[in-house]
Amino acid sequence: MTVATHESCAHCAHHHELVVENLHVRYRHIDALHDVSLATSCGACVALIGPNGAGKSTLLKAIAGLIPLAGGRILWRGTKVAKWSREIAYLPQRENVDWQFPITVERVVRMGRYPQAGWWKPFSTTDEAAISRAIGLMELTDLAHRQISELSGGQQQRVFLARALAQEAHVLLLDEPFTGLDRNSKAALAATLREIAAEGRLVVASHHDMDTVRDIYDEVLLLRRSAIAFGSVDEVFTTELLDQTFGGKEMPCPIG
Amino acid sequence: MEPLRHPFNQRAIIAALLIGFTNGYASAFVVLRKSALKVGSLSHALLPGIAVAILVAGLNDWSAFLGSLFAALLIGLGSLAVSRGSRIDQDSALAILYTAAFSGGIILLRRLGVTQEMDEWLFGNIMGLRDSDLWTNFWISFGALGLLTALHRPLLMTLFDAEVAATLGVPVRALNYLLLAVLIVVLISSLQAVGCMLALGLLVTPAATVYLLTDSTNAMFWGGSLLGGLASAFAVLVGWWLNIEQGPAIVLVLGACFLAAFLFSPKYGLLGRSRNKAR
Repeated sequence: MTVATHESCAHCAHHHELVVENLHVRYRHIDALHDVSLATSCGACVALIGPNGAGKSTLLKAIAGLIPLAGGRILWRGTKVAKWSREIAYLPQRENVDWQFPITVERVVRMGRYPQAGWWKPFSTTDEAAISRAIGLMELTDLAHRQISELSGGQQQRVFLARALAQEAHVLLLDEPFTGLDRNSKAALAATLREIAAEGRLVVASHHDMDTVRDIYDEVLLLRRSAIAFGSVDEVFTTELLDQTFGGKEMPCPIG
Repeated sequence: MEPLRHPFNQRAIIAALLIGFTNGYASAFVVLRKSALKVGSLSHALLPGIAVAILVAGLNDWSAFLGSLFAALLIGLGSLAVSRGSRIDQDSALAILYTAAFSGGIILLRRLGVTQEMDEWLFGNIMGLRDSDLWTNFWISFGALGLLTALHRPLLMTLFDAEVAATLGVPVRALNYLLLAVLIVVLISSLQAVGCMLALGLLVTPAATVYLLTDSTNAMFWGGSLLGGLASAFAVLVGWWLNIEQGPAIVLVLGACFLAAFLFSPKYGLLGRSRNKAR
């Protein structure tokens, strides 16, 4: 596995670990997720794979602290994740975002510094430096003053990534980042996610395109309401286990 | 400018500027939150609140204010309870509750024999304002604008993407309730100017108009305020010149501004856009 090189990870002797133990999430009276466990750490790219309604988005939101847990626990660096953590960034599905909202690229990225700057405090030089570094890394410098409605799908995804980098998040949770992107943008995003992981961050993304899994990810969680399998791509991304995840009869009561 | 000599008229102009400015600022939140229908329902809920308050405490400044505030909160929370406790969605629940309450309010007000005042609560009577009303409006504007600008950063994040805002530590739910409470108070402050039937126009049109002209969020807030204040004051003058009622004049002038932006905005207007295409 990659050795952590990201500055905020580098001083630690151990990898920053994300552990999900026997996670159980209920929506109204339906079990959206049960018996989901995984353990991974910074430097990895993890794919969440499963049929529609398998609970991929739910799992991402649970890790982000957006959904109350009915059971189990989520540990980040050995401590239970509270309601939210500055070190965990959540990147929503692009289709769930109001792209007509009158706001520029830079303003969206600036939101990533909110946990540091708070409600009123003006941004410090550290904040400003983090913002321009994130914008630069995601190659958005020329687009910084553009409206978000004028961006392509790939650029929109990079804005969210830049916000997560400005936030100095260690864990990036991405909901269907590749959906709706053209071929070139997909390849570019794949390379960017690899770079972000190589920097020592943890990337967790729900993923649909089976052909690209091996190129992008180190580890895979096969999900169908409960965890079918979790492990390295070679161990888990096998025909047999995929059949078990997707095959068989329709799932009862699919939910989003 | 003859009309401006009279204190009645001066008060009306100042009130129009004040109420229009505050409503214009708040209208950006309504437009960005896409909650015009919800706010419209709550504005209608104000009338039965006034009716019950008069029945209980008689007609005075505070009974109307507190009664309408209480009614809006009750119907807002009631719709939430209905939607959570049954399969009816919140918009339907809101529509059912506010129309029923509104009907009850009209019947009650007729029984109470305040038909003259009822007309004012429905459509406003900005000429009837007293000095004390102006001060009430001033303090409501001051408080609402102060609160909304102080919380601008977390509010904007909540409006843009509530889930992401929550993962960044913004207390989204509390802010949403607070915003709704502020909007209700702002609605009440505009009652005397435009009445509860037309209040929604003042609390949506200004920022919606600016939204068609600009891409900047700040321009939407402060541009909405300016447009709201100036258009309202201008409408009061138009009302004198053409001898029409000021409340409807305010909403009509704002509507005309919106129509102009809808047609002629260089970037987002119907005609502006097609001209860009033709080029």
